[in-house]
Amino acid sequence: MGRLDTGRILATLAVIMFACLAYVPTIVREGDIVFALTDVYLYETMINGLLLGGVLALLSLGLNLIFGVIDVVWICYAEVVMLGMYAIFYCHTVFGLPLIPSMMIGIALTAVLGYAIHYLVIRHLVNAQPINQLLATGGLLFFFQSAATLAFGIEFRNLGVSLGSFALTQDIYVSWARLAAFATAAICVLGLYLFLTRSYTGTAIRAISQDREIMTLMGVQQGRMYLMTSAIGGGLAGLAACLLVLQYDVHPFVGLSFGPIAFMICVLGGLGNMVGGFIAAFIFSELIALGGYHFDIEWGYVFAFVFFIVMMFIRPEGLLGKRS
Amino acid sequence: MLALSGVDAGYGSFQALFDCTLEVRTGEAVAVIGPNGAGKTTLMRVISGLIPARSGTMTMQDLDLVATPPHDIIRLGIAHVPENRRLFPRMTVEDNLRMGAYIPMARARFGERLEFVYDLFPRMRERRNQLAGTLSGGEQQMCAIGRALMSGPKLLLLDEPSAGLAPVVVERIFELIRVIRERDLTVLIVEQNVQQVLQVVDRAYVLEAGSIRMSGSARELSDNEEVRRLYMGL
Ligand SMILES: Nc1ncnc2c1ncn2[C@@H]1O[C@H](COP(=O)(O)OP(=O)(O)O)[C@@H](O)[C@H]1O
Ligand SMILES: [Mg+2]
Repeated sequence: MGRLDTGRILATLAVIMFACLAYVPTIVREGDIVFALTDVYLYETMINGLLLGGVLALLSLGLNLIFGVIDVVWICYAEVVMLGMYAIFYCHTVFGLPLIPSMMIGIALTAVLGYAIHYLVIRHLVNAQPINQLLATGGLLFFFQSAATLAFGIEFRNLGVSLGSFALTQDIYVSWARLAAFATAAICVLGLYLFLTRSYTGTAIRAISQDREIMTLMGVQQGRMYLMTSAIGGGLAGLAACLLVLQYDVHPFVGLSFGPIAFMICVLGGLGNMVGGFIAAFIFSELIALGGYHFDIEWGYVFAFVFFIVMMFIRPEGLLGKRS
Repeated sequence: MLALSGVDAGYGSFQALFDCTLEVRTGEAVAVIGPNGAGKTTLMRVISGLIPARSGTMTMQDLDLVATPPHDIIRLGIAHVPENRRLFPRMTVEDNLRMGAYIPMARARFGERLEFVYDLFPRMRERRNQLAGTLSGGEQQMCAIGRALMSGPKLLLLDEPSAGLAPVVVERIFELIRVIRERDLTVLIVEQNVQQVLQVVDRAYVLEAGSIRMSGSARELSDNEEVRRLYMGL
């Protein structure tokens, strides 16, 4: 019961914050009174925020899945995304494969990488101290960055593909790449949800996150479930890479620009809680977009970080997290 | 059906079971009684492979349990209802039951067994879409037993099924054990309610400080002076 009440208070708070960001500054912009309801650029910003939210949601999805099931945080998750982006870049630009097959190869490679990360590293640390797990996956982060630097150099690369944009109304333009990213993210979230709730394996993945030991009694081999979860998590990183590589340049340190946000989204939503992560992704993306609209894009990030810090004081277990 | 001989087990450097020898024959119901901390739960956990036996032999229908990996024990027909129920609290009753039927041979008969469990516990049918964590204690125990039955076991291990339940509910749990016995299931049960459990089982073992102190038919033990004094408060 207490949780519902806090949830409601939080929702109200979030709405008020949005209202402040979206509405109040609007009416004094450039000395003129502009009503938010008739401000098409504001709508455009909010739509872009929504589209960005889809990508952020997808980005945090794999991380959340892995944490929820295996109880280990992959500090190097964004670096898996980075390697996925390179894989797609090389397949498409260097080896000349069409875009879609390149992306499929990228997803397959990151899934294999996820499997390998669990098999080679995490498997031996499942029952270790959290600090040791963090050190190991943190070490992987530097390993991947350095390996990428050695192998690919530090130049910024991009696919050189532009999907262009289209007019939603006369004044509002939406980029195809962003819309595609959002749609893919939405489909994947839905697909993962159906997998986790409708299939035996998915239900077992949820169950193992609630009680590891008892699943052994049910005839489930824990290690195998973890490997599968890691491969799915890696594949989701690859999918995020497909969407990001359409919009951003790749370089060995690109993970640093969205890794922290992905972690904050997971923590804000309640680590391991995928619905919470989903909501948090949209709160973050709207804060970033609206802050960027009224001030500067940097301010958008500042608002998002401040919101995160304040929330951590009010609700350290995350929006939908369980208290422990 | 189940035979243990000279089994030792423990946690780290602590030894909890010493040289345990025990047998459960097909169709029997056997109880293990003893004070808190005697090692009753440990005994159940060794049988279902959650902790390894350090020495001794264990067989289920002449198949070696010691060499069977923990996740394959259920395939031999052993279902364990653990101490404190251990349901998946944030999953529905029906999803909990579904996990009981995870092994392929049980999956194929999921629908049929689900009906069986719902007929046994009509309450579970009503609550099928409720989260298991929100059930009352007695309902949780029914769900836990139902989950174990979903694999179609030959031998049911029950660890203190009546613990923490109101007297009326305890009655119903023992009633249930009678019903389950009529379905040709073999039962090994750990209980604190010694007086009541001796009325539903054929034989019992008394476990004290990790060793089997006594064994005999339910009748013999309920007439035994020491058992009456120590475990029935008579
Ligand atoms: N996980 C554990 N680690 C260490 N010692 C344990 C553990 N579980 C139980 N023990 C010890 O093993 C002994 C037997 O415990 P248990 O089998 O739970 O007893 P019972 O079920 O008869 O009350 C006790 O002394 C208990 O303290
Ligand atoms: Mg016990």
